[in-house]
Amino acid sequence: MEQIRDIMRTMEYGPAPEANEDVLAWLKARAAGIGHFIGGKFTAAGKEESFVTLNPATEAELARVAQGTGADVDAAVKAARAAYPKWAALSGHERARYLYAIARHIQKRERFFSVLESMDNGKPIRETRDIDIPLVARHFYHHAGWAEMVESEFEGFSPVGVCGQIIPWNFPLLMLAWKIAPALAAGNTVVLKPAELTPLTATAFAEICLEVGLPAGVVNIVHGDGRTGAAICEHEDVDKIAFTGSTEVGRIIRERLAGSGKKLSLELGGKSPFIVFEDADLDGAVEGVVDAIWFNQGQVCCAGSRLLVQEGVAERFYDKLRRRMENLRIGAPLEKGIDVGAIVSAEQLKRITSLVAKGEEEGGTLWRAKGPLPEKGFFFAPSFFTDVDPASTVCGVEIFGPVAVAMTFRTPAEAVALANNTRYGLAASIWSENINLALDTAAKVKAGVVWVNCTNMLDAGAGFGGYRESGYGREGAREGLYEYLVSGVEKALKPAKEPAPFKPLGAPEGERRFASLGRIDRTAKNYVGGKQARPDGGYSYDVTGKDGAIIGQAPLGNRKDIRNAVEAAAKAGGWGGVTAHNRAQVLYYVGENLDARREEFIALLVESTGQNAKAASAEFDIALRRIFYYAAQADKYDGAVHATKSRHVTLAMNEPWGVMGIVAPEEAPLAAFISLLLPAMAMGNRVVAIPSTRHPLIATNLYQVFDTSDVPGGVVNIVTGEKDVLAKTLAEHDEVAAMWYFGSKEGSAMVERASCGNLKATWVSDGKGRDWLDDRQAKGREFLRRATQVKNIWVPYGE
Amino acid sequence: MILPEKHPTIKAVPAAETHEARNAGTALKPEWFEDAAVNLSAAERRAATLTTRRTVKKQWQAAWLVRAITCIDLTTLAGDDTAGRVRRLCAKARRPLSGELQAALGLADERITVGAVCVYPTMVPHAVKALRGSGIPVASVATGFPAGLTPLPQRLAEIRYAVDEGADEIDIVITREHVLTQNWPALYDEIRAMREACGPAHLKAILATGDLATLRNVYRASMVAMQAGADFIKTSTGKEDVNAILPVGLTMVRAIRDYQEFSGEAVGFKPAGGMRTAKDALSWLILMKEELGTAWTMPDRFRLGASSMLGDIERQLEHFATGRYSATYRHPLA
Repeated sequence: MEQIRDIMRTMEYGPAPEANEDVLAWLKARAAGIGHFIGGKFTAAGKEESFVTLNPATEAELARVAQGTGADVDAAVKAARAAYPKWAALSGHERARYLYAIARHIQKRERFFSVLESMDNGKPIRETRDIDIPLVARHFYHHAGWAEMVESEFEGFSPVGVCGQIIPWNFPLLMLAWKIAPALAAGNTVVLKPAELTPLTATAFAEICLEVGLPAGVVNIVHGDGRTGAAICEHEDVDKIAFTGSTEVGRIIRERLAGSGKKLSLELGGKSPFIVFEDADLDGAVEGVVDAIWFNQGQVCCAGSRLLVQEGVAERFYDKLRRRMENLRIGAPLEKGIDVGAIVSAEQLKRITSLVAKGEEEGGTLWRAKGPLPEKGFFFAPSFFTDVDPASTVCGVEIFGPVAVAMTFRTPAEAVALANNTRYGLAASIWSENINLALDTAAKVKAGVVWVNCTNMLDAGAGFGGYRESGYGREGAREGLYEYLVSGVEKALKPAKEPAPFKPLGAPEGERRFASLGRIDRTAKNYVGGKQARPDGGYSYDVTGKDGAIIGQAPLGNRKDIRNAVEAAAKAGGWGGVTAHNRAQVLYYVGENLDARREEFIALLVESTGQNAKAASAEFDIALRRIFYYAAQADKYDGAVHATKSRHVTLAMNEPWGVMGIVAPEEAPLAAFISLLLPAMAMGNRVVAIPSTRHPLIATNLYQVFDTSDVPGGVVNIVTGEKDVLAKTLAEHDEVAAMWYFGSKEGSAMVERASCGNLKATWVSDGKGRDWLDDRQAKGREFLRRATQVKNIWVPYGE
Repeated sequence: MILPEKHPTIKAVPAAETHEARNAGTALKPEWFEDAAVNLSAAERRAATLTTRRTVKKQWQAAWLVRAITCIDLTTLAGDDTAGRVRRLCAKARRPLSGELQAALGLADERITVGAVCVYPTMVPHAVKALRGSGIPVASVATGFPAGLTPLPQRLAEIRYAVDEGADEIDIVITREHVLTQNWPALYDEIRAMREACGPAHLKAILATGDLATLRNVYRASMVAMQAGADFIKTSTGKEDVNAILPVGLTMVRAIRDYQEFSGEAVGFKPAGGMRTAKDALSWLILMKEELGTAWTMPDRFRLGASSMLGDIERQLEHFATGRYSATYRHPLA
């Protein structure tokens, strides 16, 4: 026994193990194997394929778990479907009671869950006890609240149906909570697949579902690897997929789901910047790094893994960081005084090790905590790289381990440029005592979550989710609930009658009739960067009006026209930065100038579509009113301040996507075009629009209105031609951040598939028809919500 | 931000429980602190997780608690202090643990005393007498404690009086006005003069952080006090509304770390006031070890200004030794 007299001199901490007998007993009782949880019952385990889950800190087997087959998934989906009508029909209050009971039961078993999670995942007990499990309970409480309020707060919305949810191993129970709580609150039923590396707390959660008497089939849990996940994604009776995991898998899911009509939310990888300005509290920022990249062994999708430090303080900051790193205690996760536990698996450890080796090979200097690592188990010492650059592999790739990369910058502008020099956009952490600088930087970084003078702050009351290839959709808060709701209008839309095939031709063909218009011949052009532009290919196609007579020609746009239009849009970034009032003024002015040309547009509508003057006049009026509506919304569809922690403002800002692609439907060429363009413009997006192929002249006439209304060049770009051909190029373009497509079912599938490259957010019609003259279907906040992404900025305060 | 050159050699850690090394101080160097930022929320987060990231159990806890005893400045600073009261306190200071308990902890051969006894100047002679031969230093508050608003000559005279009466350490209070008005030369000159008045006695500068309003002020005042030659910086008089709290302590020990980095000098730290439990003692020791290292958990660089804390530590130690929870009346009064 170590003597007190000796310890008094060394002042060592000594061991402080968390007891785990209760968890061991729980595991022993399940030694026969752990099955799925389907329809309120646990399936027998072990008779078919199964896998083993290890304690990554000891490499000891914890349990044998069933590998979910297609049949298991099918049974789970059927159970969810069977439970759905009754669950969805419950009052919000009744659902709230269940969610509240789940929250309470998790609290009653908080230490059990903490120990089990630590053993299965390898994360320190301090983290599961103080962070994971309290946040799980908080998430269910928060969403018990939403269940209570959902009917009144989301009028006109209803649940999506059966949700397939696939979660990762880094925060097993917390990710389960993020998925299940909002889904259940909104009235959905779920089939959830935990990660095969960490299946245990989900099983314990299923037992809580039984304890609280949750109706059978509302929550179903199917274990297994990627094959099981694929079976869930591909199941025909699943209405929505929510996935958290790697960008690589997210992309595959997006591709497979293309054209399925399933709602999709993705929370993917990141390489989040951690920006330290020279006026920052450096010691505070050092602790920030500890909480960013050395938290959960760096296996955090939003980890601040790219340190950007202002050159003048960089060396001092690195010194402080090296010193702090040596103080981290690495070892058995169940030790209460451990900072860094085990990497989740041998495979992950190998990946980290090889990426770090690559970083060193490429000339990076690795600083690694010197302490010894346990002999058994999967451990990696906290580290960071210096002498690396944006071109280094380790600066671009998500390491998903306790390894940061550090680079310097000279000016705030350079910090922002480096921060945004990534495919990802999940989170950012900004350290400065200058509120002007901090908020300016927060506004400029492309990330869904921004932490000022803090990092990895999470709360059920704030939205979480990424920009760019970090995915789309939000989890938590009001913005997260939309992922589990669908508007009644959308749900009621019916497949549209397929219009007769129409292919614009570059050469005159067949017997042609010409309308006699009695005016000087007009030349419609594309509209790119505020200028009329001839089509790159030099071809035009005949535009036919009523009775099939030719009323003019429109440019037959090609890939390069789309490229040029996107480039022009990308350059017009100032539009999102002007005041909302300024945008509103411009949009009102568009309305004013359109109204001045009322007769002309009505005549053109009649000429183009063959509708009578009264109908055309009605469409014109609707378009005009919508312009006013979105001009009005420009400075009113604003964000929120979420109530998260004390002495914090958590700002939920509605930000424009940036460059949006909009493909208008064939019908209602004025009303539909305006209904899609205006909300996007009002929110500050720049738009590349592909108008109706049949009736393009309305749109080409409109650019004269934009031109005379102070719409800055590049904010609206119009390319006419064969819709789906142009749409494909647009959907594939990596500069385009979001894409709306209104057209055929095939075209919708094509757009969703083509969006995989940069994982742009898509909104497609799936071949369903919409009455563009009906305000309920074609106007409203839903269009504005789709035209924005929510950025949550956390600003703690106090001096 | 202009940063000074790092001092090439950091002094070796002196052996524990000695009174050798002293902080020589430097010229007033505002560039060491004027641009330094302290973010309150960040400091609070670190302070809150310090004690959830670390814990000590069993004999480690016992050892840490005995170490805490050796760092206590056993204090009485009351208007009704008398020679008798001080004598009783000093008796406790000599033998903070009963012989029985000390033996049970395997420390029968060790000399376990508190770090110092801290009294008002007029009580110094009584304390010196009562502690003679014990090796326990007598600390005296001085300079118009606790408000420090008597004229400077009187405050300096008070220091000299206490030193003449045999005080080994002087706990001075600073003029808060100088911090609140950011008058660093005035603060520096005042503490310099006090340090001179101390002569061989160690100077512990009480910043009265509860009056300083912001952590930024705490950091700056800490730096100025160290530059002026304070051997210790101390949080509080015990009479402010807010006394020793971890975020303030964190800010002060970080200032000590930065000062050592810049000057090469090691300065001690003393939280005081508001600390009553054994758990408090462990929290502060964890803070010291994590932020400054093991050398700062020893009485030559760390003191706990407390009176009732000792009783709770005794009870916890007895529980460790016997396995039974203890009662207050079983331990001799301080």
